[in-house]
Amino acid sequence: MLTLTYPSRTWAHGLPAGGKLAALALATIGLFALREPMHLAITALGAAGLIASGGGGFARASLRPLRMLWPFVAIVAAWHLWLRDPAGTAIILRMITAVGLANFVTMTTRLTDMIAVIEWLLRPFARVIPAARVALAIALTIRFIPVMLLRAGDLALAWRARSPRPAGWRILPALTLSALDDAAHVAEALRARGGVD
Amino acid sequence: MEKSVTQIALFAALIAILGLIPKIDLISGVPITAQSLGVMLCGTVLGAKRGALAVVLFLALVAAGLPLLSGGRGGLGVFAAPSVGYLIGFPIAAFVAGWVVQTWRAGVGVAAFAGAAIGGVVVLNIIGVIGMSVMLGKTLFEAALLAAPFLVGDSIKAVLAALITQSIAKMRPDALLSRG
Repeated sequence: MLTLTYPSRTWAHGLPAGGKLAALALATIGLFALREPMHLAITALGAAGLIASGGGGFARASLRPLRMLWPFVAIVAAWHLWLRDPAGTAIILRMITAVGLANFVTMTTRLTDMIAVIEWLLRPFARVIPAARVALAIALTIRFIPVMLLRAGDLALAWRARSPRPAGWRILPALTLSALDDAAHVAEALRARGGVD
Repeated sequence: MEKSVTQIALFAALIAILGLIPKIDLISGVPITAQSLGVMLCGTVLGAKRGALAVVLFLALVAAGLPLLSGGRGGLGVFAAPSVGYLIGFPIAAFVAGWVVQTWRAGVGVAAFAGAAIGGVVVLNIIGVIGMSVMLGKTLFEAALLAAPFLVGDSIKAVLAALITQSIAKMRPDALLSRG
């Protein structure tokens, strides 16, 4: 499975992940403090400049995740046009800028660096949730997503061999049960190899 | 200890799978994403605490940059979008669903339906609507209108979560941790 990190390096790929995340948090809080459409428009232009600094291909790839916003943009635009209320511009600009900046950080940070930040954030809670256990759970989930995707395909094929109708939700009890069974087997295997602290 | 880690990890994977297979027409002809069904199942099968932890693990992987949300979405951008309330509500929904199944000693199917409906439909939509109202600068009522069309699909998913939980209780009575 591919991550959302942009494959070729931009200047921002080299910055430390923790710093980028802290800057993103501050920028997002700042965005929600701005009310004037003009200020938000300037911020949006700044964000667009930041994204464009990654190059043409990078900027085009950055537009793709913004597509999920268009229903919200359409609804807010229609609503505020109908009310003749200019506040809609501010809402739309803030929404697009916030999501664009967050995607910028995701696209310029590797998965391993992000997970390292998560583990660093969890360090104060080490007594409740040891970092090693979190790391194991993350690795298991990433490993089992393709395994279970294959199994879901197999179950759908097995269903189709017996029924003219599509499987639909009927394979889901078997899929859920297989997750429980796999969890039991993997737990046994882990215990046999010394267990988890 | 090993078992709770593996169960949390594999159910996090199950939520991801349910979002990745859009081809499943849950009820023939109506393609609805099964992702929130996965969240309900985490609660009704694993129970409140482990169910919520599985959802938190799933969301952590989404935030870290894996495109695991339905439609291949992911990364930090989804947490800045107007629908962020639903993501915040996911672990709470799983917790409530699990808590209902654990505490209400009705039949498994009935309790699982109640849990999935209260947690995965009512609580999840309340938090989701609050999120949309804040992010879009709308009143709660206006935001609720945006969520209303999805309630039908959500209710279908609550029924499916109950049916799946019940069939697991029949096949492996001791595997249902919410009733452990």
